[in-house]
Amino acid sequence: MMRMALGALAVSAAAMLAVAPASAQDKVKIGYAISKTGPNAGGASITQIPNYEMWVKDVNAKGGLMIGGKRVPIEVVEYDDRSNSEEAVRAVERLVTQDKVDLLFPPWGTGLNLAVGPVFNKYGYPQLTFSAVTDRAPELAKRWPNSFWLLGTSKQYVDALADLLKKMRSEGKIGPNIAMISIADGFGIDLSQAARKSFTDAGFKLAYDKSYPIGTQDLSPLIGEAQRSGADTFVAFSYPPDTMALTEQSKVASYAPKVMFLGVGVGFPMYPQRFGANAEGIMSLGGWSKDNASTAAYAKKHEEMFKRGPDRWGSQIGYSSLQMLEQAIERVGKIDRAAIIKELQTGTFDTVLGKVKLVDNQMKDNYWLIGQWQDGFFVGVAPQRPGVGTPTVPKAPWKP
Amino acid sequence: MLLEVTLSGVTLGGMYALVAMGLTLQYGVARIMNLSYGELLIAAAFAALWFYSGLALSPLLGLLVVPPLAFALSYAIYRILLQPLVRRAKTRDALEVDSILATFGLLFVIQGVMLAAFGGAYYSYSFLSIPLHIAGATVAANRLLALVLAVVIGLGLYLALTRTRLGTAVRAVAVDPVAAQLVAIDVRTASALAFALGGALVAAAGVLVSMFLTFNANLGVVFTLKALVVVIMGGVGNLLGALIAGLVLGLVENYVAVFVDPGLTLAATYAIFLLVLLVRPQGLLGRSSR
Repeated sequence: MMRMALGALAVSAAAMLAVAPASAQDKVKIGYAISKTGPNAGGASITQIPNYEMWVKDVNAKGGLMIGGKRVPIEVVEYDDRSNSEEAVRAVERLVTQDKVDLLFPPWGTGLNLAVGPVFNKYGYPQLTFSAVTDRAPELAKRWPNSFWLLGTSKQYVDALADLLKKMRSEGKIGPNIAMISIADGFGIDLSQAARKSFTDAGFKLAYDKSYPIGTQDLSPLIGEAQRSGADTFVAFSYPPDTMALTEQSKVASYAPKVMFLGVGVGFPMYPQRFGANAEGIMSLGGWSKDNASTAAYAKKHEEMFKRGPDRWGSQIGYSSLQMLEQAIERVGKIDRAAIIKELQTGTFDTVLGKVKLVDNQMKDNYWLIGQWQDGFFVGVAPQRPGVGTPTVPKAPWKP
Repeated sequence: MLLEVTLSGVTLGGMYALVAMGLTLQYGVARIMNLSYGELLIAAAFAALWFYSGLALSPLLGLLVVPPLAFALSYAIYRILLQPLVRRAKTRDALEVDSILATFGLLFVIQGVMLAAFGGAYYSYSFLSIPLHIAGATVAANRLLALVLAVVIGLGLYLALTRTRLGTAVRAVAVDPVAAQLVAIDVRTASALAFALGGALVAAAGVLVSMFLTFNANLGVVFTLKALVVVIMGGVGNLLGALIAGLVLGLVENYVAVFVDPGLTLAATYAIFLLVLLVRPQGLLGRSSR
């Protein structure tokens, strides 16, 4: 009996040994360097890191990625790039050469994604960016065919906004003057430059147009000037701390333009939490579909896992990009990065946003460019596509 | 309009002064260039947030609880971490270098704890964001409160330093720690008290600032830098100097934002800073605690 058991053990051990070399992979190693500290950490930890953690958890809960007919679990290697581009480049190099990761996730923000772009390209790793807005996206997608620019270009956003404003003006809801302020940093400079042209082309006049430095702790002088300019549309390309301050200080100053468009942060879960009914009517970048059950389920899961909702601009695009990567890998059936990139470029994918097929490595009409808080929901109001919401103008007066 | 800009400039300046007064005590009297200063401010802001959203209590109550805690913590930090440096430092410059290195490490410890507890995300809440109308101009109640407290604390401590025995001892330590010993002043205790008081002040500033600014665990350095500019401009160790320098900076920033260009506020800040350094290197009101 004992001998038989030993024999069986020996046979099964031999069988295992024989199988082992045949299964090419027992885990998929995914690496990323992201800003856990430094000025980028605020954005990265709201829009990006939760998506990475959630997707890895989701996939591993299924047993892993389906590769070659079997589930292979994901292992993660994570570094802090300290919001520093040299550090990000070093970390990505290290992930590829030392940790020998199978796949990479991108860092947060336009600047860092541009910085690590050449490294991703050199080693042929797909780079699915969803927190970078740059007008050079089409050109970059050509230069680095492995890079995907899913959050669009500055021009797309300001053109959508200008169209929206033009329509409101033709309906007699707003006047021809716009007051615009922007942060003197990548995002604000890019967006305000594009907006200057777009607004003027649409027949608007910029009654006030100024930029302010990062870390400005009192925005009331700018609000006062915008108020005195007489413009009834207020546009700010701001960062989260300024977005919060602009809302609060406008309320205190009883500055109530008919259209109030603010920058990054309006879609953050803390925004409606802090301002409640006063968030009503505020417009910003991004937006959600009211009738999309899968983004609603995604938001619910996000809330359960992190005790806060997703960013209503980039988050859903980020999770979709990871779903696309997952499906591309499973279709290719092995970690063949060139084939995965090809599949990402040409395939059609099922994501929380719906069916996505990339055009020139970018999304086309898969998500909202402009949204507005209406009844506690950040509704997509532009571009014109099925399910578009109607913007409420004028914005309701501030409540005490 | 001029009144409105002046009022908002004064409240902004009040905030700068409030943030800087603790550092001027720590640097001027205890001679510790505390690089983890801003981190303590952010930690206090998180504590106020916890008071507000976790315990559903007014952050003003936090003002009664957080600064004493910060006082105790800073006192312990001084006694355990910094006193050995003071003891072995041969000159004032050596102590400055050592304290910069030690508090630089402390910065990462405090920041790391906050990152582990709250992550890197932004936090903010609304409290006392009520418009008050003063002679036709409007100002937020929470910002005005920060200004009022800056003035009260600034003047109160100034009086305490100039009118009391302990205050005189603290000033003596600031002027010359060696000579102070000769007249039987307990330099170590006076320094520890000054350092701890600085910690309590920055915690009070953190609680107040959290009512109107959006913050995250990484924002401390911004406040350390601003406080340093104000401290050096006002005169190291000089509370009234910090108050005046803070107000000057706030006013200049807002005047420049309205009458010149908001893009030049930072440039204006540093232009004034440079000017003060060139004309009065000892600071607006001079060095020692007067």
